[in-house]
Amino acid sequence: MMKRNRLKFTIISILVGLLVGAFILLAVGFNPLEAYTIMIRGIFGKPKYISWTIIRSTPLILTGISVAFAFRTGLFNIGAEGQFIIGALVATLVGYFWNLPPVIHAIVAILMACLAAAIWAGLAGFLKAKFGVNEVITTIMLNWIALYLSNAIVFWDKFKRPNSEASQKILETASIRLPKGINFLGDFFRAPVNWGFIIAILVAILIRHILKNTTLGYQLRAVGFNSDAAEYGGIDVKKNIVISMAIAGALSGLAGAVHVLGVTEEVSVLAAMEGNGFDGIAVSLIAANSSIGCIFAGLLFGGLKYGGYKIQPAMGAPSEIISIVIGIIVFFISMPKLIEMLTTLRARRKRGGEIESK
Amino acid sequence: MKNVDFQTKVIEMKGITKKFGDFVANDSIDLTVHKGEIHALLGENGAGKTTLMNVLYGLYLPTEGNISINGERIEIKNPNIAIEKGIGMVHQHFMLIDKFTVVENIILGMETTIKKGSFDTKCIDIESATREVEELSKKYGLHVDSNAKIHDISVGMQQRVEILKALYRGADILILDEPTAVLTPQEVEELIQIMGSLTEQGKTIIIITHKLKEIKQAADYCTIIRRGKRIDTVKVNDVTEEDLAEMMVGRQVSFAVDKKEMNRGEVVLDIDNIVVKDNRKLNAVKGLSLQLHKGEILGIAGVDGNGQSEFLEGLTGLRPIESGKIILNGENIANTTPRNIMEKGMCNIPEDRQKRGLILDFSIAENMILENYDKEPFSKSGRLNHENIEEHAKKLIEKFDVRPRNEKQAAGSLSGGNQQKVIISREITNDPDVLIAAQPTRGLDVGAIEFVHKYLVEQRDNEKAVLLVSFELDEILNLSDRIAVIYNGKIVDILDRKDADEKKLGYLMAGGGVDDEKKQA
Amino acid sequence: MERLSLNDLGLIIGISLMYAAPLMYTALGGVMSENSGVVNIGLEGMMTIGAFVGTTVAYFSGSPWLGFLMGGLAGGVLALLHAIACVSFAADQVVSGIAINFLGPGLALFLSRVFFDGATMTAPIPLQNKIPRPMNNLFTKGSFLDLVLNQYATVYLAFLLVFIVWFLLYKTKIGLRIRAVGEHPKAADTLGINVFRVKYLAVILSGVFAGLGGASMSIAVVSNFRATLISGQGFIALAAMIFGKWTPQGSMWACLLFGAAQGIVVYLGGTDIKVSSQILEMIPYVLTLIILMSFVGKATGPAANGVPYEKNEA
Repeated sequence: MMKRNRLKFTIISILVGLLVGAFILLAVGFNPLEAYTIMIRGIFGKPKYISWTIIRSTPLILTGISVAFAFRTGLFNIGAEGQFIIGALVATLVGYFWNLPPVIHAIVAILMACLAAAIWAGLAGFLKAKFGVNEVITTIMLNWIALYLSNAIVFWDKFKRPNSEASQKILETASIRLPKGINFLGDFFRAPVNWGFIIAILVAILIRHILKNTTLGYQLRAVGFNSDAAEYGGIDVKKNIVISMAIAGALSGLAGAVHVLGVTEEVSVLAAMEGNGFDGIAVSLIAANSSIGCIFAGLLFGGLKYGGYKIQPAMGAPSEIISIVIGIIVFFISMPKLIEMLTTLRARRKRGGEIESK
Repeated sequence: MKNVDFQTKVIEMKGITKKFGDFVANDSIDLTVHKGEIHALLGENGAGKTTLMNVLYGLYLPTEGNISINGERIEIKNPNIAIEKGIGMVHQHFMLIDKFTVVENIILGMETTIKKGSFDTKCIDIESATREVEELSKKYGLHVDSNAKIHDISVGMQQRVEILKALYRGADILILDEPTAVLTPQEVEELIQIMGSLTEQGKTIIIITHKLKEIKQAADYCTIIRRGKRIDTVKVNDVTEEDLAEMMVGRQVSFAVDKKEMNRGEVVLDIDNIVVKDNRKLNAVKGLSLQLHKGEILGIAGVDGNGQSEFLEGLTGLRPIESGKIILNGENIANTTPRNIMEKGMCNIPEDRQKRGLILDFSIAENMILENYDKEPFSKSGRLNHENIEEHAKKLIEKFDVRPRNEKQAAGSLSGGNQQKVIISREITNDPDVLIAAQPTRGLDVGAIEFVHKYLVEQRDNEKAVLLVSFELDEILNLSDRIAVIYNGKIVDILDRKDADEKKLGYLMAGGGVDDEKKQA
Repeated sequence: MERLSLNDLGLIIGISLMYAAPLMYTALGGVMSENSGVVNIGLEGMMTIGAFVGTTVAYFSGSPWLGFLMGGLAGGVLALLHAIACVSFAADQVVSGIAINFLGPGLALFLSRVFFDGATMTAPIPLQNKIPRPMNNLFTKGSFLDLVLNQYATVYLAFLLVFIVWFLLYKTKIGLRIRAVGEHPKAADTLGINVFRVKYLAVILSGVFAGLGGASMSIAVVSNFRATLISGQGFIALAAMIFGKWTPQGSMWACLLFGAAQGIVVYLGGTDIKVSSQILEMIPYVLTLIILMSFVGKATGPAANGVPYEKNEA
């Protein structure tokens, strides 16, 4: 019952978001139907577009799961952004500097990226557990430190690709792309299709399993819901806060690694945040903090972003409308009470109507 | 009775009904109060007394019914209107802002501002406000320290600030919600005197309570409410405490608890001179010593805020012990983990069941394994066994009659009594040698209280030890075999039940014994 | 390495003040909102929209002051959304703030493309239309006093605003009520104070201040709006507010500290001292972490901060 309400409520929020977006487009003189048609064609028009949508969604699914996992254990991981940056950076470093056989190289790069991001996020967990510093503030700070740290390392002359604003490319052995030259499903495999999406789905299932069926999950949820009672029950609250943040960090780091090893093959100098982590917050919220839900929310989000960019060249409508739509969706999701009120109002009216009809 | 003016009905509530969703909190209640009267509202927790008064004070709008104040029918849509009509309310949980001073709290919402001619600067005139407050406090004999911050003054003084707050707003009708819950018997006496002098000056008082003795002492009339309905309004002098109790719960109640003769055994818990700090890093427990024997219930009586919470948290491993020893079954458990203390044989019914005792978002089944989730049969090598967990829960639900009988239900959706049953069932299945019960019946209805008391006595009869900490003196007197009085972080005296009575305990709880010692020394 | 001359010091202080001012407005916004018990993580979004609207209005109207005020107003409008969600509908305040942080930059860039031919950068306002410097030409060009005191008017206004907010919160009737609502809304309610109205006022003012902060960036510190102009300053202001223990004066000092870090970065960038600018940029954030860790961890804000207040709950 609760779950169904929640789903209904999420769908209403998404529709309201799209509706408000349409009004804004209309207000500045663009045809919203045209814009949304272009977006939908931009997602489903060709098999290649579909594969691009999936590729774009993959990091968002993973950062979404990262944020959702932290939420489930009572922590707000605004730091997914920085953890993503750290994961991407470490994956690139390992992918470029180390010489390892194929497959193993990719796995090692991924594991190192997860480890580094886990430590990065674990630091925020440690500061909360040890000094009681709110993780929202520390992770925001760590995001910026990660960004500048990544830039500083990309500027390192042994790592920087000459005459570019980016690092060296990873070695072929570290890539997780599917081999080139697969020729079925039309041009589906013309995009840099990689194992990332499969990894994301497996991770979603794994996280669900951990939370639901293990003692670790029990502890983490207990701490998340009521740390006082968990402490009273003999659960080490501080340790669990650090573990939870570290796992969340590893997930965001995985997102960064998958993105580098499967798509970009390098890290660039960042002038500002790219938003992979912040978008993950929105994904998590839309998914009601369910890791499986993050797969769908991530695809929705990736689709909106990928399809949304196409309205700019096609009709000159600003693609930032997508940020606005997402903002509105999150805005409505923040107030379940509003939707609750609207539905009870409708129910009451219905009931009133029934009485009248008698 | 001498001050009551029966000609003037200051309050007339008629047919008041208040619904929250499908729940009927007040069901067509009538209430009439005369000028100068002290009128008690009697009922169990959750009977609807406070809801009725919140309606009168404009915090809730009634679903049905109407209210007349001084003969004028009005709709009290918000507290502003109530205040305007001379109604003031002192809530059970004080509505005071800790970081503000006494004066700031009193003037809030009716601030005296600096005026330049006819121009209101909207700046607070703290000097004249302080003067006004001090005059008022002198007039009614309510001593307060006007420039102190709330978190620095005693509970008694906080209550006086609350009363002054109402008087400052020109209140002629004062509603006091459970005013004695946090006071010592002596402070209660004082409050009764204050109420008397207020009615002498023409004020009318409504007091919400479930304490029969206080009604007999202070009130002129009493209206009894049960499950949202008004049962009767009686003249207090015409009825006995037993009559009132019967009307309150709807059946005959025996106050005495059935107990076998005590079979006291060896010492199982030896607390030796422990010191525990509070959140502000000040010593709250100052060298407390206590011995608990098998087969007894040791009650700890005391007024809230004398170190009970810190003592309990230190004892259960939730707060560090600065010095001293806690020997449980021959082993020092001071400063070990809560888990270790539990495994060594001491379990705890926590003071605040929603904060410490339960994870409200967890199901009943999940709550029942809070201390044992990582042990077989509930889990094996890190994997939970949902089947065994549910089986375990079903058994306990059956045995302890938890309602509803659905182990998957979230603990937060249960009534207070059933929540307490979940906790007790969990703690008792651990078969502890020492059971700590802190405020075990707070906020429960009579049926649930009897249930809790029965299990505490059963533990004792099974030659286990029970440490009962309660602010309810009646509970302590009814259950305990020995009574220790805590005052200012120390046990000031331990009495055998037969030597203890309310007067003696009240004296000790207020620090009486300590002063005597000083005089002797 | 050369010795630091008096003028170098003046340069650092001057730049510090210039960069601190936008943070101060925004942090004061945080002070208003959170003292009334509404967590405002959306300062970033409010600051961004303020920066865009400020410079755009100044560009088209030719009046920097009109732009400045409109920037504040734009922040206030976004804050109104935050207030509706948090005050009227008991929203999760952090989540609503996140939404504001999508909406603010989204709207700013969207409108920038609409008004400036598809560009995510607004056209620069001409020099004479920037916020004036009241003490220009008062001192010898390049002298210590000139470097320190020859600031845009918005810098002086920022300090004035610190005083105003302090006075408002601690000396006036409405200030007492704002703080009461942030500490114990139910107590305020029982005394007949309209909790919702007070919160709305505080949250909207918070957006206005953040909007002014953004505008003071885009029409004083620089002359236009671009996608990366604000990126993160709203969050820094939030940190400064926590750092300053939710008081206007404390927040001011914290903002000055962050400004100083920025001043040193800019100064060193102009010298031949070889320090990676990326590492220098990191300093304010690392500093914040260390300070939070060492003594602010225990500091708590208003008692009811972040808790939605709902009337009539049984």
